[in-house]
Amino acid sequence: MQRPAMEQAGSAAGTQPVRPRGGHWGAMIFIGPFLLYVAVFLLLPTLRLFSQAFSGDHGLTLQYVEALGQPQTVKAFINSIVLSAVSAAVGLIVGGLVAYFLLRPQAPRGLRSLVTSFSAVAANFAGVPLAFAFIATLGSLGMVTLWLKNLGIDLYGTGFSLYSMSGLIVVYAYFQVPLMIIVIIPAIEGLRREWREASESLGAGSWTYWRHVGLPILLPSLLSAYLLLFGNAFSAYATPYALTSGIISLVPIEISNVLSGNVMLAPQTGAALALGMIVVMVGVMLLYALAARRAGRWSGK
Amino acid sequence: MTSRSRDTRRSFLKLTAGAAGASLGSALIPGFVGQAFAAAATPADKALIAAAKAEGKLNVIALPPDWANYGQMIAEFSKLYGIHVNSASPDASSAQELQAIKSLKGQSRGPDVVDVGPSFALAGVQEGLFQPYKVATWASIPDNMKDAGGLWWGDYFGVISLGVNRKVVKNPPKSWADLLKPEYKGMVTLNGSPLGAAAAFSGVYAAALANGGSLDNIEPGIEFFAKLAKAGNFNPSDATSASLVSGQTPIVVNWDYLNLADGQKNKGMVDIETVLPTGGHPLGGFYCQAISKFAPNLKAAQLWEEFLMSDAGQLIYLEGFAHPARFSDMVARGVVPKALLDKLPPAEPYKQAQFPNKEQTEKAKATLQANWAKMVHV
Repeated sequence: MQRPAMEQAGSAAGTQPVRPRGGHWGAMIFIGPFLLYVAVFLLLPTLRLFSQAFSGDHGLTLQYVEALGQPQTVKAFINSIVLSAVSAAVGLIVGGLVAYFLLRPQAPRGLRSLVTSFSAVAANFAGVPLAFAFIATLGSLGMVTLWLKNLGIDLYGTGFSLYSMSGLIVVYAYFQVPLMIIVIIPAIEGLRREWREASESLGAGSWTYWRHVGLPILLPSLLSAYLLLFGNAFSAYATPYALTSGIISLVPIEISNVLSGNVMLAPQTGAALALGMIVVMVGVMLLYALAARRAGRWSGK
Repeated sequence: MTSRSRDTRRSFLKLTAGAAGASLGSALIPGFVGQAFAAAATPADKALIAAAKAEGKLNVIALPPDWANYGQMIAEFSKLYGIHVNSASPDASSAQELQAIKSLKGQSRGPDVVDVGPSFALAGVQEGLFQPYKVATWASIPDNMKDAGGLWWGDYFGVISLGVNRKVVKNPPKSWADLLKPEYKGMVTLNGSPLGAAAAFSGVYAAALANGGSLDNIEPGIEFFAKLAKAGNFNPSDATSASLVSGQTPIVVNWDYLNLADGQKNKGMVDIETVLPTGGHPLGGFYCQAISKFAPNLKAAQLWEEFLMSDAGQLIYLEGFAHPARFSDMVARGVVPKALLDKLPPAEPYKQAQFPNKEQTEKAKATLQANWAKMVHV
């Protein structure tokens, strides 16, 4: 595969930017506080987590990190990863399609602003209020459940339960889909009409255009959107707690149990669990970086 | 059904109403009790009162106003001594209270006193976070509810009960076994996760006592909830006072004093009935007071403890439906007004209440942690 010329041009342009004199200090005045903030509120706590996860009553110990291998902990990690991966995929596909149809020229005029403003609200609607909104609609005594019952459809008889993994995915979709719409609209808008026209004039149909032009260009944006959605679901705590109060073990709930519960008190275990979460997120980001490198061949600007 | 032999019963039972002997039950004749509430004894140590007044303020933490009547407790204390009470993080957990002692060490905002579960009281002792103090009424606090060295002591206790919203549930359950009936589909809720909330943990423990388990064996309790979930009766969402009143979670397994207080608060709006389910010994749980080793207002802290543990303070707990630690002593002395006793559930089940000790609690936690998510599927 030939590397496109634009990427080489891009990397050449990035070598020697022209800097105005004194701009260095000016930039530091603005960036310095930010770096300090990151150091105090992100790096230090992370280091503290490290030290806590490895220190026992008598110096260094591996017991807390080894305890991550316990079946219930492994289960919590698997549940968290599956839930995050699936709900992010649902958000990606549904949100992506909604955004695509919204941006088509033939879409109704007012619809776009309606959907984007709703998304801005819904993407931030989570936690206890969201959980109870769903319990009131889809819970075993919820409004919709009872309506369906009157129509002769036993929702819970079909094996669906709001308090199960599938229920959690439905609830998460409520904030994942809007978040996807918000982050992906600018990327889809960035697809130039000329590219479409060019491929059509060369005889490509809609499918061929998306397969060979549209999706490859969008891929980095889609990947980073997926990563954002994954992290969003992975760290969600209040929503699953209010909904399932620990029936489905998830890592954030386990952490809260040992850190701020009234039953167990094991801060080191909490630190080890948090460390595990960081490892998972770093793993996901590495995968993302690899995929983005491959995908980025098309969009070196 | 439980079959615990009498000799393994812990002396704790002495503490409950009339448990000091069946004769006591009959001692509750009108006239013997029912002295004026206001006349109940308050702390008498004049030097301590003067010193506390000089400090003028007290820092408390994790005391929700509607929990065991702490709102009134704080108000009465302030009124009586003119001491300003700073009530921080009312909804904090026991773990967060201990954390606050550590992180606010040496600061004027550090908590003076804490109200924690027994296992956290022991953790606090281990970490050296408390300082010893023995209130004037020390002798009448049951022995198994206090640290011999005065580092912590029980202040109030309750038993696990069912809070039932009568608007939704026309036919309230009487026993643990009743909860499995199809009519309660999707209705039975715990107050949080049993792995994180003491009330929910105790709820599972209580179910164990009624289903062939014991203080040493919580497994049948987990099995009971697994059965409940299988029948579709267990609603795993997190119960709150609001969800009970609105009927989203019409049956809540919770401490009696919380359910009773919910009923009192919503009188006239909705009928919340508190049921002590039959089928086994009720499970009891108590909370502990302790003075922070780094208390910025030591004298005020000591006076606060004297007040909580005086007859007057103990009656304020009782008004909030929490049985005070010195309940049986006070009943024996006839200082509990009859009107108050009448508001409480029947005393009989309280005599049967069982309280797990530290080892039993630890064992139950480990069993629960390994099996809860594995066994209970909704």
